[in-house]
Amino acid sequence: MTRITIGPFNRVEGDLEVRLDVESGRVVRAEVTAPLYRGFEQILEGRPPLDALALAPRICGICSVSQSVAAAAALREAMGIEAAPNGLLATNIAHAAENAADHLTHFYIFFMPDFAREAYAVHGWHAATRERFAATRGSAARDALPARARLLETMGIIAGKWPHSLAFQPGGTTRAIDLGERVRLLSIATAFRSFLERIVFADALENVLAIATADELDRWRDGRGGDFAHFLRLADSLALAGLGKGTGLMMSYGAYHGPDGELFPRGLFGPRAAIEPLPLAQITEDVSHAWMRESSVDPAHSSTVPDPDKPAAYSWCKAPRLSGQPIEVGAVARQTVAGQSLIADLVSVSGTNVRNRVIARLIETARIALAMEQWTRALRLSEPFCRDSRETPNGSYVGLVEAARGSLGHWLAVRNGKIERYQIIAPTTWNFSPRDSCDVGGPLEQALVGTDVGEAGARAVAIQHIVRSFDPCMVCTAH
Amino acid sequence: MDRSDGMTNVLWLQGASCGGCTMSILESGASGWFDELRQFGVNLLWHPSVSEETGEEAVEVLQSVLDGKVRLDLLLLEGSVARGPNDTGRFNMLAGTNRSVYSWMLDLAPRADYVIAVGSCAAYGGVPAAGANPTDAVGLQFEGSDSGGALGAAFRSRLGLPVINVAGCAPHPGWMMETILALTTKDIAAIDLDGYGRPKFIANHLAHHGCSRNEFYEFKASAETMSERGCLMEHLGCKATQAVGDCNQRSWNGGGSCTKGGYACIACTSPGFEGAQNFLETAKLAGIPVGLPTDMPKAWFVALAALSKSATPRRVRLNATADHVVVPPGSAGAKRTP
Repeated sequence: MTRITIGPFNRVEGDLEVRLDVESGRVVRAEVTAPLYRGFEQILEGRPPLDALALAPRICGICSVSQSVAAAAALREAMGIEAAPNGLLATNIAHAAENAADHLTHFYIFFMPDFAREAYAVHGWHAATRERFAATRGSAARDALPARARLLETMGIIAGKWPHSLAFQPGGTTRAIDLGERVRLLSIATAFRSFLERIVFADALENVLAIATADELDRWRDGRGGDFAHFLRLADSLALAGLGKGTGLMMSYGAYHGPDGELFPRGLFGPRAAIEPLPLAQITEDVSHAWMRESSVDPAHSSTVPDPDKPAAYSWCKAPRLSGQPIEVGAVARQTVAGQSLIADLVSVSGTNVRNRVIARLIETARIALAMEQWTRALRLSEPFCRDSRETPNGSYVGLVEAARGSLGHWLAVRNGKIERYQIIAPTTWNFSPRDSCDVGGPLEQALVGTDVGEAGARAVAIQHIVRSFDPCMVCTAH
Repeated sequence: MDRSDGMTNVLWLQGASCGGCTMSILESGASGWFDELRQFGVNLLWHPSVSEETGEEAVEVLQSVLDGKVRLDLLLLEGSVARGPNDTGRFNMLAGTNRSVYSWMLDLAPRADYVIAVGSCAAYGGVPAAGANPTDAVGLQFEGSDSGGALGAAFRSRLGLPVINVAGCAPHPGWMMETILALTTKDIAAIDLDGYGRPKFIANHLAHHGCSRNEFYEFKASAETMSERGCLMEHLGCKATQAVGDCNQRSWNGGGSCTKGGYACIACTSPGFEGAQNFLETAKLAGIPVGLPTDMPKAWFVALAALSKSATPRRVRLNATADHVVVPPGSAGAKRTP
């Protein structure tokens, strides 16, 4: 048996180290390390509760709005208020813009460049793939980055700037949108739709979302241009549906809350491969393999205290569990729980894997592009965008949202006008968690086991695909 | 070292960062950031978020710089330097190298023609240094507003400059790109930096300059709760009259800024901004905001504020506490009735 270490594992950031035990060219054990700790939960303790709105988003400049929305949701629960309906809509629009930008950045900048690697030079498709997707040199970035920048102009209108905005408040959003701004928001949303239809899908979004089964997807793909079909052909050529399989358990906290409920519902895709209610009270955090001192396993009652010399620990990331089980989160989980036809069919055939995670992100991007247009039209321009409230009584509160990468929760305890405890479980905390006290690995650790690395060892591209198929956000992970 | 190839070699590393500066700079360039870099002859040796090289390939790039095999023109760090615990840097190891980012920076910085701290974390410590500063986070050459930091006050890069601090949380993509591109032609000298190492082309302005709420400021017609249109200084925590940056003379994400977005400037370009509390509330003493413009006698400010308040037009007064315009300009003398 040989042990190989891969790091810095980059794209999105480099704060990831993966250690693999390899036997006869196959991974038999994986350990995933988050090597960065900043101490946000400690920093928040003792501060006025509303300071979370300024500090919590700065956990992550990639999903900053998600962090803001989670903090605002926890504070809203503390205040016992309802946000202004316009504020919820404006939040959804901005949050959707961030999530869609994240999916786009993942696909074009973080994930696809690995197919341009020299390791694939023997394949007939390599030259075209390299021309299109090679890191920093491929032609796709010239399309994708300006489209991303244009989409993020949504933030200039609703949130002042991105990343890191204070526009997302418990009572709503801080800028009342006028008619000209609504038209500009619509113009951004339609430009984004146009980008998706021309460059990503080479088809109308309605047609893409009408694809209901794996077979229909195969037929739709044949002879089609666009980068999504390009990926689907690579996925077949490299059997990506058989790579990086998940354990089968997935969840979503529910996404894009509005006056009429959620766009994507809350739920658990459970052991019986059916959608069940999500038992939120069963969420725990285990620190047996984290450089953290023991505390309550309940995020509503625990504190974070580093213990850098703890034996047997190998990550700053704690191990969140639902009913004692590791759970996969992300777009594939969200769309499975939402019962999106194509994703549900793909998952029923092959579970979660490298291919299905990527397909789910792009299908979800199409869905939220359409929703952005609807939310923008639904704004009632003469009505308030924000309600005022500042009182945060003693108690324990929680804000649950879906970031691009999956379920994000902020657990807030207030005492005498100060934050007594603040606990954050981020999406990649779930996906890249270390082992728990039962020695059960996190979703990525399990997904890596069984991977054929052959002679390539640490340079095996399959490992790159598996890790990046989860779209890790390591700064969120250990915060 | 020889730069006769005309290229500028740039190495970008991340310390205790949130990745937000990178997310911001990725908005740069009409045909994308990579194209813009190429057009200016910038060769990105490695960047954690965008480069192909991963694992040992990435370590080889860093090692080749350390060994002097590859010239390093610009070294950028995004994120603070976590020195803890006990000066080991273990809160932030560079994955796969068994070395801390702190240790890497100590070795790499002297090899660079210029060193740029990207964002307020790398410049001064930033948000990770807030409160009890659990990871002993500092900036490259400042610890808050004190000179020093990870590299020490005496540090100078190969071309004799201190660390160039592109402060902001996150900085405007233009601040970062313009600094990088100016350095490809060596157009920033020590005299072009202010006392906190910030390029003067950014720091010679206040965030207040060009604020769209200027009429409300003039009359001290103030917003009282979030989303109202009035000036944010008197009640809602705005520090734009004290914070440097041409924030309101630029467009953020196609036309925004913090104050345009409806919330206070929290002075994110200033060392120690993270130490404040109640960011969206103005600290007052005897009813007068504590943080008044620094270069104006307080008594004058108070007197002028009282005077302008008493002269406030009804339109300005009413619009200040509304979330949309309730009294349009010129309504008193309207010429036409529908």
